[in-house]
Amino acid sequence: MQPPRPLLATAALAALALHSAAALAQSQPPKSAADSIAEYRAMLADGNPAELFEAKGEDLWGQARGPKNASLQKCDLGLGPGVVKGAWVQLPRYFADTGRVQDLESRLLSCMQSLQGLDAAEIAKTPFGKGEMHNLEALSAWISGESRGLKFNLPQAHPQEKRMYEMGKRAFHYRAGPMDFACATCHGQADIRIRLQDLPDLRSNPGDGVGFAAWPAYRVSSGQMWSMQHRLNDCYRQQRFPYPGYASDVTIALGVYMGVNAQGAVAAAPAIKR
Amino acid sequence: MNKTKTVGLGAAAIAGLALLAGGLGGCAATPDKDLGPDFQALLQASFRSEGIASVARLKQDPSQQACSSGQVPDAQALKAIREAAQASIQPPADGKYLGDWKLGEKLAQDGRGLTWTDKSAESTANGAGCYNCHQLSEAEVSHGTIGPSLRHYARNHGAANLADAKGQAAVRYTWGKLHNSWAALPCSNMPRFGHNGMLNQDQMRHLMALLLDPASPVNTP
Repeated sequence: MQPPRPLLATAALAALALHSAAALAQSQPPKSAADSIAEYRAMLADGNPAELFEAKGEDLWGQARGPKNASLQKCDLGLGPGVVKGAWVQLPRYFADTGRVQDLESRLLSCMQSLQGLDAAEIAKTPFGKGEMHNLEALSAWISGESRGLKFNLPQAHPQEKRMYEMGKRAFHYRAGPMDFACATCHGQADIRIRLQDLPDLRSNPGDGVGFAAWPAYRVSSGQMWSMQHRLNDCYRQQRFPYPGYASDVTIALGVYMGVNAQGAVAAAPAIKR
Repeated sequence: MNKTKTVGLGAAAIAGLALLAGGLGGCAATPDKDLGPDFQALLQASFRSEGIASVARLKQDPSQQACSSGQVPDAQALKAIREAAQASIQPPADGKYLGDWKLGEKLAQDGRGLTWTDKSAESTANGAGCYNCHQLSEAEVSHGTIGPSLRHYARNHGAANLADAKGQAAVRYTWGKLHNSWAALPCSNMPRFGHNGMLNQDQMRHLMALLLDPASPVNTP
């Protein structure tokens, strides 16, 4: 007549174990997609070569260059002359002095022309990975990095900003060319991939928080720093479209569309990518 | 029957698209003015020809235009797209629908062609890129999910016997799907390979074999 006790005790222990397991599960809610993304980024960001480009960009910003032998320190990126921190998460935006909605790279071209006397049109024609394009890559890496951790909040008060959002939305869905592709073909649904590559849905968050908010980025596959302009350019190449001009209005309109859709997403650029 | 099933899938896809599209707006007010002409001007000013990718590619045919709103076109527009696509389908010149599945597999793996960095615009320079979007053979794990899995395509399309009536219908349906996918599903993401001249009839025959030949890895376990 011995065993009931031990048996009971075992049962009690088991119940306790079950109970505490349940309690543990309750105290650790399942990871959200955003948490997983943040964790993934933190892992990748450890030792991101983009840092080298950021350092070069910071140096270039303060360096006297061009026919006017001037730095970019008086460049207005939207928050006043010389203000870099927080500028990236509000671009593209309208600039009264040029009368245009501009993204970061378009704006840098304006500043290089007006402050340094460099030829913006000539620079815009330079292929990626050559000459002044290297400097624009580095500058956009540093400037975007100065907004790391801040939330996207593009202004939409100016009629030109609203107009460019609508233009970007049209461009995003515009199907043409020999394969009938649009941006939306790959980036207009959630939870899909091309081969093994996940494709963010860029019509809204969290897709824009993963996609738009992480460029410029260092690309491991090519060993290159890619600016947002470079990223868009290669999308259009794979879409089988003709060649979009550097800082052309269609690329800026897409920047407005994705940037506004990224409202509230945390800037992670310059990130590291496949 | 396989036809009903395909149409059913298509309808589900469209319904899904409608749901997603419904969640779109709200970010910015739509200006009253029609932006169409301004948008065309913006495109023309933004792009230039490069290599084989000329600015002529920006010009849309009426079906592309109808599929570019981000919303499902209305019933009338869907009908027009479907009919135009059906009218465009040309059966193989010699009546032979099936080629070599091994060559089809090569085309399915190959996603090259038609970009401004590609030298030739000839269809023979192009791959079909099927694996970018579809699962096909069991062995290839690096496949996309933009399109449905095509594992056991023949069985799933009632084409266990290619000689019987059901098999013959599946053969014709599949040819049409490759030639102009918008006949079965207007505004599908799938390129209109034959219609746009991206693939020639020989290449399409090889893809047909990949999908329908009982010995193809698509149809074997």
